[in-house]
Amino acid sequence: MRVLAALSGGVDSAVAAARAVDAGHEVVGVHMALSRNRAQLRSGSRGCCSIEDAGDARRAADVLGIPYYVWDLSERFEDTVIADFLSEYAAGRTPNPCVRCNEHIKFEALLDKALALGFDAVCTGHYARIERPGGGQPELHRARDAAKDQSYVLAVMGPERLARSMFPLGDAASKDDVRAEAAARGLSVSAKPDSYDICFVADGDTQGFLRERLGARPGEVVDTTGAVVGAHDGAYAYTIGQRKGLALGRPAPDGKPRYVLSIEPVSNTVVVGPAEALRVGGIQGDAAVWLARPEGDDWSACAVQVRAHGEAVPAQARALGDEVEVQLADGASGLQGVAPGQSLVLYSGTQVLGQATVRATTPAARA
Amino acid sequence: MSVYLDHAATTPMLPEAVRAFTESLVRTGNPSSLHSSGRAARRAVEEAREQLAAALGARPSEVVLTAGGTEADNLAVKGLFWARRAQDPARRRILVSAVEHHAVLDPAFWMAEHAGAEIVLLPVDSDGVLRIDALAAELEAHGDAAALLSVMWANNEVGALQPLAEVAALAHRHGVPVHADAVQAVGQVPVDFAASGLDALTVSGHKVGGPMGVGALLARRGLDLTPVLHGGGQERGVRSGTLDTPSAAAFAMAVETAVAARPVVAPRLAALRDRLVAEVRRVVPDAVLRGPADPTLRLPANAHFTFPGCEGDSLLYLLDSAGVECSTGSACQAGVPQPSHVLLAMGAGEDEARGALRFTLGHTSTDADVDTLVEVLPAAVERARAAGLSGRPRTVSATGGTR
Repeated sequence: MRVLAALSGGVDSAVAAARAVDAGHEVVGVHMALSRNRAQLRSGSRGCCSIEDAGDARRAADVLGIPYYVWDLSERFEDTVIADFLSEYAAGRTPNPCVRCNEHIKFEALLDKALALGFDAVCTGHYARIERPGGGQPELHRARDAAKDQSYVLAVMGPERLARSMFPLGDAASKDDVRAEAAARGLSVSAKPDSYDICFVADGDTQGFLRERLGARPGEVVDTTGAVVGAHDGAYAYTIGQRKGLALGRPAPDGKPRYVLSIEPVSNTVVVGPAEALRVGGIQGDAAVWLARPEGDDWSACAVQVRAHGEAVPAQARALGDEVEVQLADGASGLQGVAPGQSLVLYSGTQVLGQATVRATTPAARA
Repeated sequence: MSVYLDHAATTPMLPEAVRAFTESLVRTGNPSSLHSSGRAARRAVEEAREQLAAALGARPSEVVLTAGGTEADNLAVKGLFWARRAQDPARRRILVSAVEHHAVLDPAFWMAEHAGAEIVLLPVDSDGVLRIDALAAELEAHGDAAALLSVMWANNEVGALQPLAEVAALAHRHGVPVHADAVQAVGQVPVDFAASGLDALTVSGHKVGGPMGVGALLARRGLDLTPVLHGGGQERGVRSGTLDTPSAAAFAMAVETAVAARPVVAPRLAALRDRLVAEVRRVVPDAVLRGPADPTLRLPANAHFTFPGCEGDSLLYLLDSAGVECSTGSACQAGVPQPSHVLLAMGAGEDEARGALRFTLGHTSTDADVDTLVEVLPAAVERARAAGLSGRPRTVSATGGTR
């Protein structure tokens, strides 16, 4: 196959590309330039947008003996991922830009261009497994190394795009193994630190980025009775479930800590209340993408995960048009503080069933 | 074996230059040392200097050896600016054509940021040729404030030859020193420094069949040039640094050989280039030739097209995988692709500029190279067109619509 290997400049994508070469594919490395700023959006080696990363990607391609290109997807990135990030926060929701990037950049802009140019697949360093039982439709499964599993941020892909994807690291035992493999292959990125933060936010200062791009938007902080208990400079600075940094003037009547329960974009109000009000009993999602859609509209048992590094908890789910309804199982340890805008991913065992964007939640029944 | 159509990026070393290089490599001696090894090295460097001067119509004392074209351009822009302003503090304007190489543009902008210079970007016409009327108007209005003027001999992307005789005459009327980057011109068109009337001229080794990492600034006798590299005082104190004997010897041999061969090689390449242009237009009728349509007004080895609806990047990849090596513009812009400032200055739109591809011939080019290009180009264009300008944003509503 002709395989386009996305090379971020990190160790994972380099080893993934190396494995694709070993598998006998004709591999071409492509580094995506995502920053509109020619220098970089952030300095250092922890993002995926620096000139250093582009150089590391090029060097990895040199070592593997494959061609290397830089594709400028910065305008597309700005207009989809960053625009969505800002508008979602402005609307009082909590977006996951990595999900949006996979959706619009890696497995749309990059993949579509690759296919048009005659490639058969795009290979990335994500930790997830693609299985094709009986040679049929591809299934997306969690990575062998649960700690590194990235199936959550990949679930946004539909089956057609998954069929054109390769994740050679899905079977890796651990990141340490991948680093050792990189060192053995002579890839100089073997000891490069992992990236954690949002690549386009300098210094990891998300609040500062939002303040700069969205401006100050002062409003009130109220409790569940509607009483004003504080003020804020911008509701986007708050996340549902947040406890620290609320700077509330008066203590709660019962003296218990208060948490952000919801953000009301129209009135620009942050609502705070007790911890138990954060417990979620049901989730409604929209913009569903199914890799394995349940038959009909019956409830089926599954597990739901709402954060990239969160746990999947037992639930029942059903598909209604392009919406998803999820009921958490009774006595489930409980999801707390699920925010609209987050991705919810449904699993059956290790298999990803589908993905949707949280639109609303219903509180858990009082225990 | 791939077809190499990127000689403007770098061209294979001439056998004569390789021989001069390797013979010199095994000889010890610092040209600044006074003992016999040093004297031998010194002699080799000075012979190279004389060889260069003879081939380029300069005096040996006018040759300042550098580590390449970019350094020579930096020395010209910075050195001329500082020297001219020192003579006359009112002279702070740096005049450059809008289609200069980054090796001239970037030092000029750096001087604006750090040394109190003002940049004047002189416009070009749709062929990429400097608008003499604009230069004349600028000099008429602010000629006494100009510290220097830099206009390339021939453009590296679209091959346009610049009207340097008129440029130099105009500038000198206002007391403005003139530099020309002739990196692409030497060996392709006659370059005679004395006859040109220029004050400074940049030459590079690896563009003419010499080694990389060596070049020269020809600086007219009596020209004031403030040094940029300070140290041991080599090159009359204008450019410090141990003289690179093997590179100088090979560079001089390459320039001499290329200049001597030019009357034969250039017409051959011009004919081959004309065939390439005709054939590309035959197989891709909507390809747009950029730069002067009159083949005598452009470098003989240069052909530059934009392919509507294609990204140059896509074409580059597709041609590369089909065994044809070319360029989207200047290789110095490789990395994060940007629409060419040259095409934009010529009035092309951003989308047009993205579809640029440059084919440049050299001393090893053959008819078979053009045949191969013509064979693989239509499929590449078709495929690149299907891929479209996919890096461009789709129209997406601000909220919600992106999911």
